[in-house]
Amino acid sequence: MAETHSLQDMRQQAAVAAKVFIQRDYTKGTVCQFQTKFPSELETRIDKQQFEETVQTLNNLYAEAEKLGSQSYVEGCLACLTAYTIFLCMETHYEKVLKKIAKYIQEQNDKIYAPRGLLLTDPIERGLRVIEVTIFEDRSLTR
Amino acid sequence: MTSCEYQQIDPQALPTPTPAPPPHHGNDRDKREEPKRPRRKWQVFPGKNRFYCDGRIMVARQSGVLPLTLGLIVITSGLFFIFDCPFLVKHLTSCIPVIGGGLFVFVVITLLQTSLTDPGILPRATPDEAADIEKQIDNTGNASYRPPPRTKEVLINQQVVKLKYCFSCKMFRPPRTSHCSLCDNCVERFDHHCPWVGNCVGKRNYRFFYTFIVSLSFLTAFIFGCVTTHLALRAQGGKGLVFALQESPGSAVELVICFFSVWSILGLSGFHTYLVASNLTTNEDIKGSWSGKSGEGVTNPYSHKNIFINCCSVLCAPMPPSLIDRRGFLPTDESVQTAGAGIGLAAKSEINVGTKGLLESAALPALLSTSCPQMKPQTAYTCPDSSPAVNSDPSPQLSTSCGARHTASSQGDTSPPRHTKTRSKKRKLAALNIPNPSFDVPVSPTSPDAGPSSKARGSFTPLH
Repeated sequence: MAETHSLQDMRQQAAVAAKVFIQRDYTKGTVCQFQTKFPSELETRIDKQQFEETVQTLNNLYAEAEKLGSQSYVEGCLACLTAYTIFLCMETHYEKVLKKIAKYIQEQNDKIYAPRGLLLTDPIERGLRVIEVTIFEDRSLTR
Repeated sequence: MTSCEYQQIDPQALPTPTPAPPPHHGNDRDKREEPKRPRRKWQVFPGKNRFYCDGRIMVARQSGVLPLTLGLIVITSGLFFIFDCPFLVKHLTSCIPVIGGGLFVFVVITLLQTSLTDPGILPRATPDEAADIEKQIDNTGNASYRPPPRTKEVLINQQVVKLKYCFSCKMFRPPRTSHCSLCDNCVERFDHHCPWVGNCVGKRNYRFFYTFIVSLSFLTAFIFGCVTTHLALRAQGGKGLVFALQESPGSAVELVICFFSVWSILGLSGFHTYLVASNLTTNEDIKGSWSGKSGEGVTNPYSHKNIFINCCSVLCAPMPPSLIDRRGFLPTDESVQTAGAGIGLAAKSEINVGTKGLLESAALPALLSTSCPQMKPQTAYTCPDSSPAVNSDPSPQLSTSCGARHTASSQGDTSPPRHTKTRSKKRKLAALNIPNPSFDVPVSPTSPDAGPSSKARGSFTPLH
């Protein structure tokens, strides 16, 4: 909780120095994947491997959300038989994974990114278009 | 990069649970009275949609002929239950109203789901994202006043796909996404804008739409069959068809409606079954994106090369979430930003971009003030349905069903778009007094798009 509290303080008091946007990677089609290329603006703040691991984990989670497996087929057929009314009552598989992703991002922010003056925004808040990385000014951390 | 125009991050916009200011969940419906109360995102949604039940239900601004569709279905089914069912239950079996009732409920539910569901709208880029993209485009090395390329090429499954830049939404559209000018939204896996359901058909509601038309074909065929059987049974014994029709006048109405609709609906179902099996969208099929017209070895990169897997991936894939988060709360400082997003961004581009910014800042506000405030002339017209032509221009392609429109428009797809583009072109010319290149020649040699969508932009790109 103390870490979260300091995160809020930092956000409210720190000035945003820059924002970096990690764009989508469409080489595998329309599935939600983000580019793992390390942006140059983050070179001074975080090491490449750590960042790439975060993005790769997110990619894996999104792939899991959109996976076509036997479970999704059964869900789809059942939904069709009920004229898709079960979507109104049930939480879909995708939504469950999105919650997992939100938790993962919060955890990453608290443990790794906030101490370095960075903040990851959940891509769902940006319409799954980009991962927004906010870079805060350095001086706010040396209070 | 200057940081002065970036706003401080509001804790509310972030995923961590910070309830400042405390949102009143469902307590207050009227958020416009007190400016301090947080507004929901649907209230400042930039597209042309209408929202009901505090953002739970959404429809396109133009509901098209949805009331007619619903009316036809309800009336025909009503007449069936009133006129035909009693006779058929007596003479045949009581399963008939049960089957009919089940089909009717199925059809109405799937129709409402198609119309009232978010089809897969992509929210517009935030000003920061848009500025970042503009910067990237500028960085690709043009020092001259030539308009920068507004397409990006990606390799998808060894197939080159061009991603186009959407001027309204300020982002490069993902593959298979198209901007619907009727709804003024970019829709993922855009199929078409269906006036019969009064909504776009896209990634999220395609399965509802498909189920709707298939079940409607079954319903129409079933009613048609039952009515024919009913009239035949009544007419037997030498009494004649006229006598039968006189005894059951409702059946005559049903017969006419079903006879005319069953062919087009069956045709439409067949067409969409083909699309599902090959993992194509109506938009792609009409444009011939993957049919090899544009070159050798062009195949659909999204197809799984297996009919069963294609069907499953389109109809049984996990239901994607709605990206527009219409019931989410706005951070208090963003509500001012999003309202004037179009004009505001022009101002931002002016700050960020150097000499080009001067050109933009001079041209864009003039364009924005004289043209539609929603930046409609800039939106690429990619809907294969001639709906805007239907509503505002007399179009030779005016037809009454999606199926007929699809088959007809493959021939005449370019002519309806020209009506709207000619008007928007004239407006722009009047505003800017610049000589406009002809539509058939792409203005920028670096963005030679094949579809009609680039032509609408072609007249606009000189400003950029």
